[in-house]
Amino acid sequence: MEHAFLVALLLTDATVRVATPLVLAAFAALYSERAGVVDIGLEGKMLAGAFFAAAVASSTGNPWLGLLAAVAASVGLALVHGFACITHKGNQVVSGMAVNILVAGLAPTLAYAWFRQGGQTPLLPGEARLPQIHLPGVEALAGIPVLGPVLGPVYRELIDDANVLVWLTVLLVVATHWVFTRSRFGLRLRAVGENPAAVDTAGLSVTRLRYQAVVVTGVLTGIAGAYLSTAHGAGFVRDMTAGKGYLALAALIFGKWRPWPTLFACLLFASTDAVQVRLQGVPLPVVGVIPVQFIQMLPYVLTVLLLAGFVGRAVAPRAGGIPYVKER
Amino acid sequence: MAQEAAQGVAQDVVGRGFGRPGDVPGWVGYALLPLLNLLAALVLSGLVILVIGENPLAVLTLLVTEAVGYPEAVGYTLYYTTGYIFTGLAVAIAFHCGLFNIGGEGQAYLGGLGAGLVGLALTGWPWPVAALAAVALSGLFGAVWAAIPGWLQAKRGSHIVITTIMFNFIAASVMTYLLVDVLIRPGSQSPETREFDPGVWLPTMDRALGWFGVAIPASPLNLSFLWALACCALFYLFLWRTRWGYEIRTVGRNERAAVYAGISPSRNIILAMAISGALAGFVGVNEIMGVQHRILLNFTGGVGFVGIAVALMGRNHPVGIVLAALLFGVLAQGGGQVSFEYPTVNRELVMVIQGLVILFAGALENLFKPQVEALFRRRRGGPQAEGRA
Repeated sequence: MEHAFLVALLLTDATVRVATPLVLAAFAALYSERAGVVDIGLEGKMLAGAFFAAAVASSTGNPWLGLLAAVAASVGLALVHGFACITHKGNQVVSGMAVNILVAGLAPTLAYAWFRQGGQTPLLPGEARLPQIHLPGVEALAGIPVLGPVLGPVYRELIDDANVLVWLTVLLVVATHWVFTRSRFGLRLRAVGENPAAVDTAGLSVTRLRYQAVVVTGVLTGIAGAYLSTAHGAGFVRDMTAGKGYLALAALIFGKWRPWPTLFACLLFASTDAVQVRLQGVPLPVVGVIPVQFIQMLPYVLTVLLLAGFVGRAVAPRAGGIPYVKER
Repeated sequence: MAQEAAQGVAQDVVGRGFGRPGDVPGWVGYALLPLLNLLAALVLSGLVILVIGENPLAVLTLLVTEAVGYPEAVGYTLYYTTGYIFTGLAVAIAFHCGLFNIGGEGQAYLGGLGAGLVGLALTGWPWPVAALAAVALSGLFGAVWAAIPGWLQAKRGSHIVITTIMFNFIAASVMTYLLVDVLIRPGSQSPETREFDPGVWLPTMDRALGWFGVAIPASPLNLSFLWALACCALFYLFLWRTRWGYEIRTVGRNERAAVYAGISPSRNIILAMAISGALAGFVGVNEIMGVQHRILLNFTGGVGFVGIAVALMGRNHPVGIVLAALLFGVLAQGGGQVSFEYPTVNRELVMVIQGLVILFAGALENLFKPQVEALFRRRRGGPQAEGRA
């Protein structure tokens, strides 16, 4: 009993760790896509963030400078995407693909040339990584009679010593909900993704709003990348994102382009990752051993089923993917 | 007006509008603009090479020499070209139907499974039989893998870009499962099948030409190169000389007009995707039957994504696709060799160039268009050239 409780806690903890970059990236795409700019370049922007965070943290020893560099690199790529898709009305999917392939080449190329370690950055020492936040009172809480044995482990495993970016992500989720339901900026973003002509008629610049949206996307994907290489990991390794950008995109769609369902989708997808590690080679009742690969592909299958309308229906922002052309 | 806008919406969502020449002479759209875009991509690649501390001109010169400078290198270059022709054609036929097939990677992976199953099953058969069967089964596997997203797009309105991305990941998981748990050679540590019987291997070009007394150096270049060229010809005939091709192009240009003309968009979307998947699946013949002679993990190595660049550069026309595939073949082969010569340069530099080419030839294809068009308008002069709305 106690063992099962601990396992559940550890699984939840692992889920949160895996979910953090997913949530950051999915919420990044939320801003862009709700404004009508489709972004399949999350993967590339995250990878750039991961590389520059690790590169700068490794050469300066300061993870915060690394985080800044990650954000700068990722925003730079977001602006390239914006330049191609907003200013030049290029195809948004092609531009996103270009960013992904470009960074998949650029990050290891630069890593190889600058650090000479086969496309990696050196292993980061503890102080060059983003810190965990240690909260007081673990022992005190565990000492409470009756509730202590339950709350203590929860507090110790889940809440205490979480990385600073995990907390930032929690804040981000709440803030994003507020932005999209209450703030002027968020409501305008939603409008520009549904009916840019109306926004234009109201005297607001569609171009400006969409650029603002892609910059937010850039900032968040940069943070997501920094999380991978300087918080969760300790340095950049080749192909570090390993499809997380696409998984985040799937989560966004699974969450029907809305903040809370997207968060739920990220947690669900992350839990499949945590669970598959545990289930490796363990026989289950009735079905026997489930091959890891089937659990791994679950998020993608679910997303396809959702898109096909077999489980609910996901309706994309109406103007998503279409460059806005002012009426002449 | 509103209807037109809605129509535009429906079409743009599926991702169309590539390679349409503007109001300029044809060769500008087909040759000058792509070359300008390529040049821009190369200049930026040169900057990247500068940043890592090498001389861009020296690196690029070496890259080209190592790719086409001697007969053996040419064989390797054409071997890479073969795969890129298949995936370039695959992306292009989907584009002609107004669809963006990002799933070439997964379709090629499944195609390799089809080819590989033939290789495993036909021990003792003559190679021409195995080759035909491999073409059929790899095409079938790829076609099915692409037709499902096609069907979902046509009947359920699921966005094909997203579903094909998802299908890439599903394909990767399925193949990993099959190779790790089912098809693995008993007792083997690495997830790959046993080697096929040498009798069913697709002959390499040096062997095939040897039968006619022509000696060329050995390379992975094999007979599937000829099949790739044949596919280009068939692609042209199918798309521009048959009713089916006409229907696909009509759906791609204007779905509404197609409906009025009695052409079923959903039927053509599924058909175009199936053909697209079959073409991508043929990569499996080149890689599995021609070179690897066993099924192994990740043998596709991004060939499906390069196909996007090839189709964009090649303006979705077979001739352009062969030229663009050749260009990317040169990059793949030369890039690999350069990394041996320069300690600071590695293979991934090629992906930088590929990414930049996709950016400039695809997303920024209109970057130089206004200037070029203005140039032509001025040259032609007169108000009739200004009359474009």
